[in-house]
Amino acid sequence: MTRSPILIGFYTMVRKDFRRIVRIWSQTLLPPAITMALYFAIFGTFIGSQVDAIHGFPYIQFIVPGLIMMSVITSSYMNTVSTFYFAKWIRTIDEILVSPMPSWVVIAGFVSGGLIRAFLVGLIVIGVSLFFTHLTLFSVGVIFAAAFLTALLFSLLGLINAIFAKSFDAINIVPTFVLTPLTYLGGVFYSIDQLPPLFQTVSLFNPILYMVNAFRYGFLGISDVPLSLAFEVMGGLTLLAFIVTIILFKRGAGLKQ
Amino acid sequence: MEKTDAALKVENLRKVYAKDGKKAGTEALKGVSLTIRSGEFFALLGPNGAGKSTIIGILSGLVTKTEGLAEVNGLSIDTYPEKAKSFIGLVPQEFNFDIFEKVINIVLNQAGYYGIPRAEALPRAEKVLKDLGLWEKKDSTAQALSGGMKRRLMIARALVHEPAILLLDEPTAGVDVELRRGMWDFLRELNESGTTIVLTTHYLEEAEMLASRVAIINKGQIIEEGSVKELLTKLNFVTLLLDTTEPVKDATMHLLRELKLERIDETTLKLTLKPGETVNDAIRKIAATGIQIANVRNSGSRLEEVFVNLIEKDT
Repeated sequence: MTRSPILIGFYTMVRKDFRRIVRIWSQTLLPPAITMALYFAIFGTFIGSQVDAIHGFPYIQFIVPGLIMMSVITSSYMNTVSTFYFAKWIRTIDEILVSPMPSWVVIAGFVSGGLIRAFLVGLIVIGVSLFFTHLTLFSVGVIFAAAFLTALLFSLLGLINAIFAKSFDAINIVPTFVLTPLTYLGGVFYSIDQLPPLFQTVSLFNPILYMVNAFRYGFLGISDVPLSLAFEVMGGLTLLAFIVTIILFKRGAGLKQ
Repeated sequence: MEKTDAALKVENLRKVYAKDGKKAGTEALKGVSLTIRSGEFFALLGPNGAGKSTIIGILSGLVTKTEGLAEVNGLSIDTYPEKAKSFIGLVPQEFNFDIFEKVINIVLNQAGYYGIPRAEALPRAEKVLKDLGLWEKKDSTAQALSGGMKRRLMIARALVHEPAILLLDEPTAGVDVELRRGMWDFLRELNESGTTIVLTTHYLEEAEMLASRVAIINKGQIIEEGSVKELLTKLNFVTLLLDTTEPVKDATMHLLRELKLERIDETTLKLTLKPGETVNDAIRKIAATGIQIANVRNSGSRLEEVFVNLIEKDT
């Protein structure tokens, strides 16, 4: 394939997934909007009004960036894990595997679907949050870069999960037992400065802490971890996930018999 | 890259399925070597589990080989996987399209995966869908199609990038007789227009009608290969079915013991003729016992008899 056919193949994959995301909006876009509206109302408004300001910001303003990031993580992961596993399950993945598209294009196609859904959901959740508080923008570039790297990383991780998954249960285990606890403990609802020293140290091993804090820095200009370290962690993990995905695709792991 | 007129070539192809798979640890191919020339209509015959689909899977990139060489138009699938795949159109055994997608989109998406611009893909999709009688269904979702239409959609999808080689893995399974014959005509025309076709089938009549060359595979090994004519000449007997007007009694069968005659039911006899024996002689002997023969017919596909013979020998 020369460059142009590669782009056509990539565009076909992205277009197909975008149309699917929009077609089933009630499953892909609506649930995070409702869930986050409840978080903003209960944790932000009802409980948050009785919580002290954190780093000088009202509690609801402090948690909004973390909750947006939480929806970005969940949406990007769930999009690739479900799309790819479903394609494996009904064997539509064969349409792509028999085609002359190189592995990296196929990966890029699936990951782009995750990015699109994550950004659509992110924008919707930002819109919902405006009903509950006002948002300050400290650095749009940091917001975009943090959201992009996080969505990219979790799209790749979703793909890896789907490659190994042999049942629908297997695609729900990681989000339920790994992703949700790590997100909740990743500084979405609190600053790690408020934790005892031991738990502060333990929290530093949670990669989601760096993503949430980088994203929050973009809105509020505050972070529990150095911004450069946060981007190094995100960039390093994304690169690692990409290399692992490429190797798995080349080997045909979970795809070819 | 060496120039070759071999559309497909496999040498000492081995496949052992991994232990966690459905066919755990099975050696599906035990060193298969096969060359299919450009423009041929080639049929791969064999019982279930013989290794036919594994060969198709390896050539199309869905199955990884354990050992051996596989080439498409002279290009190794290991060295030039993408280029090799671009020559192939695959019609798999099972339906594998998105049933919620519109027919036209299934075909257009496939064209896109092969790098065909949409402006070029649209007329191609129209042509293949019209050729296969699906154009009026282009805006229906695939789930609304009948079984036969779904089969034809799989062929349309495989042809939209105008492949030089079409691999069909039991394409007429479960298709009614009329539709099957329509598909045969379509495939015959496609082959006459220059497309190399490789067909795996359970319908031996299908292979006999369509293929110029046949290979018979059993337990992962090619046990016979040649033109249909060559294989049929290996058939050293002919089997006929005779319908009688009255039930044939045991005593009459005893009188005819010098013939290889078997009673299928009360009024049907199966006559097997060896080289040198004639139909005239056999019928004369049967008529001499007072049996009236109402009808004489072939017992089935002659290729089927070759196939059954070979498989039985190999077992």
